[in-house]
Amino acid sequence: MSATLRDNARLWTGTATVVGLVGLWLIGSASGFISAQNFPSPEQFFAAAKQLVVGEGFADGRIHEHMLQSVKLILLGFFAATAIGVPLGLWMGWSRTAEALVNPIFLLVRPIPALAWIPLAIVWLGLGDAAKVMILWFAAFVPSVINSFTGVRSIERPIIEASAMLGVRGWTLVKDVIVPGALPSIFTGLRLSLQGCLTALVAAELLGALLGMGKVLYQAGLDIYPAMILAGMVAVAIVGFGLTAILDFVERRSMPWRTTH
Amino acid sequence: MGDKLQNRRLMWLSATGLLIFFGLWTFAAWVELAPRKFLPLPWDVVERGFALMSRPFSGQTLQGHLAASIDRYLRGFLLAAAVGVPLGLLMGWYRWLDNMITPLFDSLRFIAPIAWVPFAALWFGTGIGGPTMIIFAGAFPPCLINAYRGARFVEKKYIEAAQVYGASGPRIIYEVLLPASLPSIIAGLRIGAGAGWQSLIGAELIAANSGIGLMMVRGQGALDTSIVMVGMIAVGLFGLLVDVALRGVEAWVNHKRGH
Repeated sequence: MSATLRDNARLWTGTATVVGLVGLWLIGSASGFISAQNFPSPEQFFAAAKQLVVGEGFADGRIHEHMLQSVKLILLGFFAATAIGVPLGLWMGWSRTAEALVNPIFLLVRPIPALAWIPLAIVWLGLGDAAKVMILWFAAFVPSVINSFTGVRSIERPIIEASAMLGVRGWTLVKDVIVPGALPSIFTGLRLSLQGCLTALVAAELLGALLGMGKVLYQAGLDIYPAMILAGMVAVAIVGFGLTAILDFVERRSMPWRTTH
Repeated sequence: MGDKLQNRRLMWLSATGLLIFFGLWTFAAWVELAPRKFLPLPWDVVERGFALMSRPFSGQTLQGHLAASIDRYLRGFLLAAAVGVPLGLLMGWYRWLDNMITPLFDSLRFIAPIAWVPFAALWFGTGIGGPTMIIFAGAFPPCLINAYRGARFVEKKYIEAAQVYGASGPRIIYEVLLPASLPSIIAGLRIGAGAGWQSLIGAELIAANSGIGLMMVRGQGALDTSIVMVGMIAVGLFGLLVDVALRGVEAWVNHKRGH
């Protein structure tokens, strides 16, 4: 009961705040207090959004083309990195030998932020898709390794001892002990990997791309077209929201034994 | 005895791992798998690093670029901490503020910090202001979220005890919530420091007139891979240094609290 009341209060206050801000935006733009050169008025924003979604498009494409291009690259980089990173992290977590062999190399790569790979990727692979997948690979690889690793290390000892006593080995051990035990932490890693991919892709596209949401932002910045900058940012937020929601769904489906998260 | 042998074996394995990495790199560069310009030898990169310290590139020496980056970084990060932490604590105490800001914050969260670059450049230029805003955008959310969560999960009995003695809201925040959520706040600062540093490099790559990111992007333009690699090493080392320092603070605070 009191929880519902509190939710209601949140809903009302939240809505009131948003309405208030939109009101300030309307008044500020109409009165000229917010300069149109710095921030678009609502009409300008809707005109830009319309141009991007149903009109002639912007920066060589309409919004669905830009979004598809960006999402395609994010998924490519994300899966290429996590398909290697998660097993590698699990292996390093399980075997001290693997940890000793791989960890020093990993420690060299780990402190370099994903965005710092961009110039190297461009020198090596140019401005096309290959360079972006390389950048995204590094963005997603590091978090997926670290969290899979800590996931295995956080499995409680009695579980590991029991499985050893029962003679669980090989694929069964991986499938029934290691992966389920590490799964919450693996998903934390996947979430960070996905966020990293989104940030890295926008940055990479801002530095040079033929198509993509970062290209929209870049072109809009170059043309000093604030309404289109805002429209591009909304597109980035929508893609970020959508991809995170899909991952949330997969997470809930994979761990039905966890009622809350 | 067995442990010692085991440790020796692991150390050898670690050395082997590093040897394989540098061995492959050196071999690939030595047989010119790609032209030297694109794949320099490891010691060429080191040599270039030292050369950049005395001979300016893109208007600054290596340490000059690094100093420009660190200057922006400190401004942006300190601003994010100075706004984020108090706001998070206030939101943890005043329900109405929480209700007002959380929905707004939740919707802005999905915008990657780097997507603010065009507006940042438009509003604050490409000197100090624009990149500082991007660092702020990267470092602010973890500072706020961790202070907020820390304040929300303070044990009820401490707050009730303070209320029994008639402590006011601001006093409870300062004397109960702040100390109780300190570990969470410091963890947030550490995450924010990393995110801010990465955002700064991104901002400098795209739109800045100095800094380590600019040096890297100019090196890229000149197809000089060793400059790019020197930049990556410098970025990695400074990031690591900040992280190690904040880890030290974290350990010290937890130790003081007897954890």
